[in-house]
Amino acid sequence: MRAPALPDQDDPGVRAAQEARLRQVWAPPRGIFLRWTDVNNTAVGVWYTLTAVGMLVFAGCLALVVRAQLAFPGNDLVSASTFNQLFTLHGTVMMFLFAVPIFEAVSILLLPQLLGARDLPFPRLSAFGYWSFVIGGVFVAGSIFFDAAPDAGWFMYPPLTTEPALTGIGADIWMLGLSFIEVAAIAAAIELIVGVLKCRPPGMRLNLMPLYAWYVLVVAVMILFAFPPLIAGDVLFELERMLDWPFFDASRGGDPLLWQHLFWIFGHPEVYIIFLPSVALFAMIVPTFARRHLIGYPWIVLAAVGTGFLSFGLWVHHMFTTGLPSISLGFFSAASEAVAIPTAVQIFVFIATLWAGRVVWATPMLYGAGALAIFVVGGLTGVMVAVAPFDWQAHDTYFVVAHLHYVLIGGAVLPLFAGLYYYWPMVTGKKLSDRLGRAAFWLIFVGFNVAFFPMHISGLGGMPRRVFTYPEGIGLDLPNLVSSIGAFVLALGIAVVLVDLAMSPRRARGSRNPWAAGTLEWLARPDEHWGVRSVPLVESRYPLWDQPGFVERHDEGRFLLPDAEEGKRELLISSVLDAKPLLVGRIGGPTVKPMLAAVTLGGVFIFTTFHLWIPAVMSAALALAAILWWLWTETSIVPEKPMKHVGHGVMLPLHSSGPVSPGWWAMVITMTADATALASLVFGYFFYWTVHPEFPPAAAPGLEGPGRFWPMTALVLFALGWAATIAARETNALERVGSARACLVLAAAATVAAGLAVLAGPSSSGLDPTVHVYPAIVWVLAIWIAAHAAIGVVMQVYVLARSAAGRLTPVYDGDLRNVAVYMHFVAFGAALTLALIAFFPERAR
Amino acid sequence: MPYSTVSGRRRGRKMPFRPRYGSCYSVGRARTKGADPIEPPDREDRIRGKLGSKPFFRIRRLGKANLLRRKKGSDPNFPLTRLSATPCLALVGGCAEVQSAFAPFGAEADAVRVLAIAMFSAAAAITVGVLALAAHAVRRDEGIGPRGAMRVVLWLGGIGPTVLLAALLAASLPRMQPLAAPAGGLVIAVEGEQFWWRVVYRPDGVPPIETANEIRVPVGRAVTFVLESPDVIHSLWIPGLAGKVDLIPGRTNELVVVATARGRFRGVCAEFCGPSHALMAFDVVALDAEAFDAWLAELARPAADATAHGRTLFDEYGCPGCHVVRGHFAGTPIGPDLTHYGARANVAAGTLPMSVAATSRFIRDPRELKPGARMPAFRDMPRDDADAIAEYLVELD
Repeated sequence: MRAPALPDQDDPGVRAAQEARLRQVWAPPRGIFLRWTDVNNTAVGVWYTLTAVGMLVFAGCLALVVRAQLAFPGNDLVSASTFNQLFTLHGTVMMFLFAVPIFEAVSILLLPQLLGARDLPFPRLSAFGYWSFVIGGVFVAGSIFFDAAPDAGWFMYPPLTTEPALTGIGADIWMLGLSFIEVAAIAAAIELIVGVLKCRPPGMRLNLMPLYAWYVLVVAVMILFAFPPLIAGDVLFELERMLDWPFFDASRGGDPLLWQHLFWIFGHPEVYIIFLPSVALFAMIVPTFARRHLIGYPWIVLAAVGTGFLSFGLWVHHMFTTGLPSISLGFFSAASEAVAIPTAVQIFVFIATLWAGRVVWATPMLYGAGALAIFVVGGLTGVMVAVAPFDWQAHDTYFVVAHLHYVLIGGAVLPLFAGLYYYWPMVTGKKLSDRLGRAAFWLIFVGFNVAFFPMHISGLGGMPRRVFTYPEGIGLDLPNLVSSIGAFVLALGIAVVLVDLAMSPRRARGSRNPWAAGTLEWLARPDEHWGVRSVPLVESRYPLWDQPGFVERHDEGRFLLPDAEEGKRELLISSVLDAKPLLVGRIGGPTVKPMLAAVTLGGVFIFTTFHLWIPAVMSAALALAAILWWLWTETSIVPEKPMKHVGHGVMLPLHSSGPVSPGWWAMVITMTADATALASLVFGYFFYWTVHPEFPPAAAPGLEGPGRFWPMTALVLFALGWAATIAARETNALERVGSARACLVLAAAATVAAGLAVLAGPSSSGLDPTVHVYPAIVWVLAIWIAAHAAIGVVMQVYVLARSAAGRLTPVYDGDLRNVAVYMHFVAFGAALTLALIAFFPERAR
Repeated sequence: MPYSTVSGRRRGRKMPFRPRYGSCYSVGRARTKGADPIEPPDREDRIRGKLGSKPFFRIRRLGKANLLRRKKGSDPNFPLTRLSATPCLALVGGCAEVQSAFAPFGAEADAVRVLAIAMFSAAAAITVGVLALAAHAVRRDEGIGPRGAMRVVLWLGGIGPTVLLAALLAASLPRMQPLAAPAGGLVIAVEGEQFWWRVVYRPDGVPPIETANEIRVPVGRAVTFVLESPDVIHSLWIPGLAGKVDLIPGRTNELVVVATARGRFRGVCAEFCGPSHALMAFDVVALDAEAFDAWLAELARPAADATAHGRTLFDEYGCPGCHVVRGHFAGTPIGPDLTHYGARANVAAGTLPMSVAATSRFIRDPRELKPGARMPAFRDMPRDDADAIAEYLVELD
């Protein structure tokens, strides 16, 4: 096909017409209710960020009550029960409802601008994630107003938490409310990974990516591997609480330490999931104020990747006091100390960049300097607690409380405030007040140190964490009083920041790129929702500094995709390594469907918390319906023409399937996370095998294994379902649609049978999951596989219906290819799991 | 805070008391002349309790100043309670406190203190160095150039930390090997239960001896703690003696310690274990070896004869259903062993100093003092009966 002539970008009339079309396509919905159906990253990102900051303020208020209670020994401001809810919710909200969501929120807001993209590849998924976060967040955080908050610390160690007599509904609220949010967090991570890999502008090879994008990639991949173990743990936890399956009950073969392993395999990477995005903000801010490129780009990328990698090998340092062999102590001590090295590299990259540059001082730099001072102290105390003998004293004391706040406030909150002062003009067009910013900084910095430095002393001086009171006269009175005073000064500083933000709408607009930064996000114009006027050709890491006339060419639409002539929201999708444009992806506009899906899915978790089984099942059915409606009407739409001219003579297809398309990548990444969750359950199976001299236990009623017949039958059926799905994909591509549909029918039938056969194993041998942990873990694995079979069947029937409705054709077969990817993973997981429960370990005869 | 707030008045769900500690603690290394501070107040002092609304007869008869009103440090027998946290602000300046890793009385805690001082010094130097360098980098007008900058990253960010951390690891690895448990040495089995400590001495060749909420160890002899939990996870932490070790249901952990100085100290539960986690403390007394042997023999003997009335009531109210008083009631060992109850320094696992009043108050409503305590309340028990039972218990020493 011949490319049509280039539009005449020299003609202001043409440009104005293009801008009008773009403006109309990207216009946010208006109206009190309809505005919330917006899905664009500039809207959702702002809501998300503000909600997360709201959670910070809420959890901070809880901490103030905690500090007020602890100001004096034997204080009776709140009861023990209230206090335990306060500190649990403080930690929980800060970790799950502030620290991780704020990373995703800021990334949703910034990433498309950093990549010169119009939006993220799945904007409706962002909206779904946001509404899930709001529902789950309000559910968990609000529980304290009903005296029903979780009350056993943010890591919820069983058996204190799994024994219903010891812990009330709070534990269920924690597990189910947060599981819902964790799913949303994984959804956001998937979107961010695909965004970084597939939505870069032409020319932005991986080694030209802004560092923030690198960090997003690292952190999102970490979320992908860190959250599923926790979700697997949540599943075991809730099964114990609701159905009395004894995963953590030592009297029936369970082990409380399995939870600690699963929690900290999540929990330690979590620290870096929180910390690395803040380093990423530094990496954007420091070059701007040093007026030069960042020194050692490959070093810092390798350091970020190395930190992410090492962070998965340290979790046991949270368990140094559980009675581990010396060899584990030595290994995990060494690994925990090693992670300080890439961290030091990152810090010195910034210092070296500042040293090599000519530094312009500004408020964001003030916060950055304060963050550095605090984080260095937190990092060094981190090295101390990595040393096992020292940790035996410091563990579970206020020393650790001090350490983690130095790390998280120095490593996440202050950099975030630096980012706030830095990026506020990009989002709103208005700078924040330097005077208020400085005042707030000094209040925060001084208040923080006054609050948290004495905790090092009170901790080693004998104060365990999570105590609602402490005795008078054993040396804890003064450090606690000082800490409490500091906490209120810190809070005052945060209040000043909030005042600054609140005054912003009344201030006048400033210039477009007030810090004279060199990266793509400063192309954004706060009054336009299209993201970029045209998708630029990037040749440098700092194109605004290095490419002459870059901003003008962008503004005049002289790069790619300057128009929206078909009235659709469009993105440029590029190749993973070298960012060659591959196709024009069309994304959805405002819609209520993601919100509907979030509400109904949230209902499932909330009703389950209260054991309202019938509403929970109804809500699940509605959620399935909402998701299917969303998918059916809004995804994989057959375009009106196969190709489109995007400018400069480049013709790109409007649709693709398989590895070229973002959807295929999203499926692969989703299933990687899913496989990680299954691997965590399998880890549990092996864990029980290692802690028990005899596993499975000697045969007894209710303890007979699942046998070999049914698992192997299921395996054959899964293989059939998988092969039939692949056959459907191939025959469909060969335009033999009838055969493809027949294969899909066969695949669905085989998958249904496979799911039933999986369950038939433990069911026919009478495995009783309440008797011992062995039947319980076998049942969980079987149910996990069967549930995946059920989802597979829904998918197979869905693509069959799409094919029948003409929405899936031999060319436009993205859905079918994605279902094939799903079946690869399910068949592999089923083979592994079924072989495991059928053959391992050999039962003593 | 004077002790007068211990009046049993209840204000809604709030915590109606102010625990006060320190009056019977002292530290070996800084002992002064006078009464031996290792032992708790004498028996008369114990029996004179803080009064509820209804005075207790023995107090009236003795008619002395209310012991429990004494201000912190005002008792010449216990001068060290005057110490506040202020010396702690010198970080490691040998702050003499009963529950502090800065004031070790055990070999392991002492070694960790030395390690901590080394790490704190290095950390302070590194912090100052990094911040000074950062300040220098920001202020300098002419830069160092990309090559110099890369050298900074390589040496200060890469090689420097690697060398320092390798040295730290090498220095700390030997400390990760636990002390070896001596053959035939004293074994003390400790069980953490919500919210108290079951302590069973298992000397070689003698039947085990059970007590609760107080651990005594001989100075200079290795002792093996065998740590288990029947309910939830707890953690045994005696900061002055050694690091903490968790007590995990279904698992058995061991901790070998050697006390190096005499004194009366304090330990706590360090792993959150429920509503009264903060009120799960215990006394630790390090005695000379001979004194320890004598004390253990004393602990092994059954209870002496005691007040008839309280003893009868103890039985009538069904207390032996959960408590053993060796020599008086065989009982069921669900709750703490009470055979030598009165010899302990504190009531309810370090919550209040030992007295009849505190004991009586705890009997009538344990959860008022300790939220979530497992012991059932006896709110309908007449105060006289509770006092009589408490008096019986306090006399058991």
